[in-house]
Amino acid sequence: MAKVMMKGNEALAEAAVRAGCRLYCGYPITPQTEIMEYLSARLPEVGGHFIQSESEVAGISMILGGACTGYRVMTGSSGTGFSLKQEGISWMAADELPGVIVNVCRYGSGLGLISPGQDAYIQATKGGGHGSYHAIVYGPSTIQEMVDLTGLAFDKADEYRNPVIMLSDGALGQMMEPVEFPDFQEVHPNKDWTITGKGKGRGHKITTAIYTDPKYDQHVREKYARIAAEEQRWESLCTEDAAIVLVAYGTSGRVCRQAVQMARKKGMKLGLIRPVTLWPFPVKAFEQPVHTAKAFVTVEMSALGQMVEDVRLTVNGRKPVFLYSSGMAPPREAVILQMAEDILDGRMKEVL
Amino acid sequence: MCEIIVAGFGGQGVLAAGIILANAGMKADLNTTWLPAYGGEQRGGTANCSVKLSKDEVGSPFVEDPDVLLAFNQPSFDKFEKAVRPGGFVFVNSSLITRETVRSDVNVIRIDATQMAAELGNARAANSIMLGALIGRLSLVPADKAEEALNEYFAQKSEKAAELNRRAFKLGMDHTAAEEADINGTRIVP
Repeated sequence: MAKVMMKGNEALAEAAVRAGCRLYCGYPITPQTEIMEYLSARLPEVGGHFIQSESEVAGISMILGGACTGYRVMTGSSGTGFSLKQEGISWMAADELPGVIVNVCRYGSGLGLISPGQDAYIQATKGGGHGSYHAIVYGPSTIQEMVDLTGLAFDKADEYRNPVIMLSDGALGQMMEPVEFPDFQEVHPNKDWTITGKGKGRGHKITTAIYTDPKYDQHVREKYARIAAEEQRWESLCTEDAAIVLVAYGTSGRVCRQAVQMARKKGMKLGLIRPVTLWPFPVKAFEQPVHTAKAFVTVEMSALGQMVEDVRLTVNGRKPVFLYSSGMAPPREAVILQMAEDILDGRMKEVL
Repeated sequence: MCEIIVAGFGGQGVLAAGIILANAGMKADLNTTWLPAYGGEQRGGTANCSVKLSKDEVGSPFVEDPDVLLAFNQPSFDKFEKAVRPGGFVFVNSSLITRETVRSDVNVIRIDATQMAAELGNARAANSIMLGALIGRLSLVPADKAEEALNEYFAQKSEKAAELNRRAFKLGMDHTAAEEADINGTRIVP
C-alpha cells in the first residue's frame, strides 16, 4: 500500500480496524476526539460497532463487556477522562480480559491543558487503578510506529489476556506524517474462554481468579514476570560509545533522535535509549551503557519527572541520572546539547 | 530541513495550505510533518500550522524559528514576523496586511492574495495563491507535485473547487516567478 499523509489519531484508528478491532466505546475529549470521530464512520463499514458512551466510565465498562465475547475492543481518552477509566482497567486486568486503551496525553493535573504532555507515564505504567497489575504500555514516537504498535497491542492483549495501553500525546495525535498501513488481519473471536451466548449448559464464566485459584498470587506474579522478561522493546541509537545516554520516549524520543544526530555531527558522544514499551520498562537496554556511559539524561514533557524514576531504579546508583523536564513545552535539541556539555565539563551535578 | 509556519484567520484555509504543502513534500519523497496549533493559541480566531520538509528524518514537529512564514492576516504577521530566521522568507498577504516589515534581514514577498482570489471568483482561494507564490519563489517541492497535492485536496470537495484552486495556484506561481529576479536568488533547500 502506498504512503498516505494522515493525522496520528486517525492513523491509530485505521490501524485498530485493520488489526480486527470491532467495538469502540468512548467519550470525546481533546486531543483524542478524532479517533472516535473516525471510527464512528469506519467501524460500521466493516461490520463493527461504535458507541458514544454517556461517560468515560461507561466507555471502559462497555468494552469490558465486549472483550468477554472475544472480539477485539478499544476505548480512548485523555487527561481527566483517562483517570476515570482506571477502575475499569483494573477490572479488565483482574478478569484477564484483552483490550486496548488509548491515552492521547494532554498536559497537567486536573483539567490541565489540551496541549501535549508526558505526565501520564506513572498512571499508565504502574497500574493506575487498584490492586497489583500492569497494563502493557507502548509509547510510539512516529505515526508509522503508532500504526505498527497498534496492531501489536491487540495481538499482545490477546496473547496475555491483559489490557494494553497506547500512550500517545497531543502532538502525535494531531500531527500528520506519511504512513503506510498493514493489511487487514483476520481475527476470530471464539477462544476457549469467551462467552458466546450459544449452546447448552452454563458455558464459560468470566471472573477474577482471586475467587477460584488458591495460587492466585503466584499466578499474578508469574504472569507479569513473564511479560516483563519477554516483552521489552526499545531502540538504541549510538549507545555503544556514548558518554551521555539520553532516555526518552514518544514525542521527546523523536526530539532526542535529532539531538543525537546533531551532537554526532559536532563530535559529541551522545546516545539514546528510546523505550518503546514503557511497561515493561526496557531494563535490558541499559546492560551495556550502564558500564560504558558517564551519565544518563531523562528527557520528558512533565513538571516533576516521571520516567526518570524508572531510569534511576534501572541505573541503581551506578551512574548519575539527570532530568530535563521540559514541562508544558516540547524539549529543545539545543537545551539537550547544552546539558550534555555541562555534564561532561562537570558544571552540572546530579541532584537527588 | 525547511521549517514553515502558515498563519491567518480561521476560515482562510491556512491549515489546508499546510496539509497540501506537506502532501506535496511526501509526493516528492521528502520527510515531512504537519502540526496544527490546536491549543490555547488558537483562541481569538487565529489559526496556524507548522510544516517541516526534509531530506533527513524529521525530529520535533514543532517550529520555533521558521525559514518561511506565510502570513495571511495582520495578527499572524505581528505574531510570527520576529520569529523568522535571518535570511528567511516572509510571504505577506498584502490584501489584509498593510504595514511594512520591521525586519531588514528577511526577504519579504507581498501578494495581493485575497483580492486576486476574489477577482478569480472566490476570496477563499487566497490560500492557493499564497501556495503558488511560495512554490514559484522557492522550489521547496517540484511545482507538479504541489499541483497534484492541491488538486487531490480540493477534488474531494468538488471538481469546481479543484479547478478554481488550480487556477489560483498558477496565478500565485506566475506572480512570484516574475518577481524572482528582484530578490537575491537565495534558495532554501529542504
